Amino acid sequence: MTDASLPHSAKVETPFRRFVSEFFESWMATGAFITLVIIIVLAVLAPWITPQNPYDLGQVDVLDGRLPPGSQAFTGYTMWLGSDGSGRDLYSAILYGLRISLSVGVASGVFALLIGTVIGLIAAYAGGRVENVIMRIVDLQLSFPASLVALMLIAILGKGIENIILALVIAQWAYYARTVRATALVERRKEYVEAAQCLGLSKMRVVFRHILPNCMAPLIVVGTVQTASAISLEATLSFLGVGLPQTEPSLGVLIANGFEYMMSGRYWISVFPGLALLLTVVSINLVGDYLRDVLNPRLKK
Amino acid sequence: MTVFIIRRLLQASVVVMLMSVIVFFGVNVIGDPIYMLVSPDADQADIAAAVARLGLDRPIWEQYWLFLKGAATGDLGNSFIFGEPALRLILQHMPATLELAFTALLLAIVIGIPLGLYAGLFPERRVSKGIMACSILGFSLPTFWVGLMLIILFAVELGWLPSTGRGDTVSVLGFETSLLTLDGLSHIFLPALNLALLKISLAIRLTRAGVREAMGQDYVKFARAKGLSTRRIIFVHVMKNIMIPVVTVMGLEFGSLIGFSVVTETIFAWPGMGKLLIGAILQLDRPVVVAYLMIMVLFFVVINLLVDILYSILDPRVRLQDQSK
Repeated sequence: MTDASLPHSAKVETPFRRFVSEFFESWMATGAFITLVIIIVLAVLAPWITPQNPYDLGQVDVLDGRLPPGSQAFTGYTMWLGSDGSGRDLYSAILYGLRISLSVGVASGVFALLIGTVIGLIAAYAGGRVENVIMRIVDLQLSFPASLVALMLIAILGKGIENIILALVIAQWAYYARTVRATALVERRKEYVEAAQCLGLSKMRVVFRHILPNCMAPLIVVGTVQTASAISLEATLSFLGVGLPQTEPSLGVLIANGFEYMMSGRYWISVFPGLALLLTVVSINLVGDYLRDVLNPRLKK
Repeated sequence: MTVFIIRRLLQASVVVMLMSVIVFFGVNVIGDPIYMLVSPDADQADIAAAVARLGLDRPIWEQYWLFLKGAATGDLGNSFIFGEPALRLILQHMPATLELAFTALLLAIVIGIPLGLYAGLFPERRVSKGIMACSILGFSLPTFWVGLMLIILFAVELGWLPSTGRGDTVSVLGFETSLLTLDGLSHIFLPALNLALLKISLAIRLTRAGVREAMGQDYVKFARAKGLSTRRIIFVHVMKNIMIPVVTVMGLEFGSLIGFSVVTETIFAWPGMGKLLIGAILQLDRPVVVAYLMIMVLFFVVINLLVDILYSILDPRVRLQDQSK
């Protein structure tokens, strides 16, 4: 191996590299991706980059309540985004809220993905009556909007973080199941699956090691879009007061808290958490949109 | 055709039965049913009396049977808060919700289809790209957030439109409606627009996709070759073919509008079923919750049934496919 061949071999086009370069061709996708990364980093680092832990009562002063953006807090630092009704610095509260919103969204997205994928694969590979029953249930559930299903479940289950995640998972698994089944049905007829079966590999191995990896592209797309909708759905339920409790203040809870002050012109208490939510949901959706364009071979030029 | 409808009716009734099982067992197995059926401040004797009266000491299947019998005669229990039959409460609040959802649907069609048509006919123009960008935003923005912004802009800052309640209503055929008074119309505009936003985006995308597909089809080329005016081709030939899927999908969305109205009604204090439901959940008024759930299930099943039948009339292939299965 000579030195000259090294840079050459580094340029070999792998599917992943092609995918990355196609994705970042669009400045919209790049912008959305960078925004999303910044949001995630801010949320993860929240305790170290905020002037105040908004849920440590020792650090919150009621005298700081309802200060407009840019005011000086009692304890010295500047509240660039103002403060809410009980004197929490909104910038700190938003970053802490982002942590909760993102974790609920991602947790429910991951569980729904796992459950939906396994059920979808079973439907595609088992076929016959099993497939019929599963797809009937999926169709039935998809005939109700996810928001309504989640709301119905919350009406039955009650509030709380576990119940919200459970409700979101139940409301969304069917989307994954439908996608995986549709893709797996196509993959199943391909020759590599036949070859794997001829080698005498077990059913489990064929399904999970051979078919599943080839279903990943649509799954990733559905996963991003559904995670965004889970975050937005959680915020909606929390805003309505039937989602997360005040002790788990996600962005939706913050917006709801600011709602009562809005009529008196104190817009910032609701608007800034809302903007954070908006930026998160829109950037995830845009990333998902471009992922679909890049990953879908039918749309390729 | 008759066979098709009968089959779909049977399927629909199976779904309703299934959902009644889920709702009933959901409420009775997950929570302690007695606290869902007796007001929270009842004492021990009250609870014991209620257990006997409601038959909660009987086997669960017998209870389910009683629940079904009650449901069939329209008796889903009394509201703890209002002391009225839960079903009657829901039905009293239904016209306001239907009015809101219907107005929103109308707005979505009236605003969405022309915009989609424009974007589909001239996909390269800057205005079209703007329309499409807005429709992506419409899909991503959480409804409640848009509602807040509408209130801040039009009610608080500009002071043009009211943000709460229904305003003056007029009674038509025994139902109150806001659509016939100026004050009522000014009250319904913001909530209806808020509710319609998602559907406007949907209508834009569906119409645009339909128009773009149709413009390349042979029948359009043929109509051009025949020398028909562009206006006639677009509004008679193309629109006729596009309207079927667009209108059916929009019709299907009517159900989701009613579901979503929960959010809009809460923000704009619109006195419909959705606001009633949120109040009932917060105040643990379980009979109202159960009644709402059952009504919504029935509603969706009926809508899906109607759309299926409509589809089979508009597109005979659906019916034939079903028979060959």
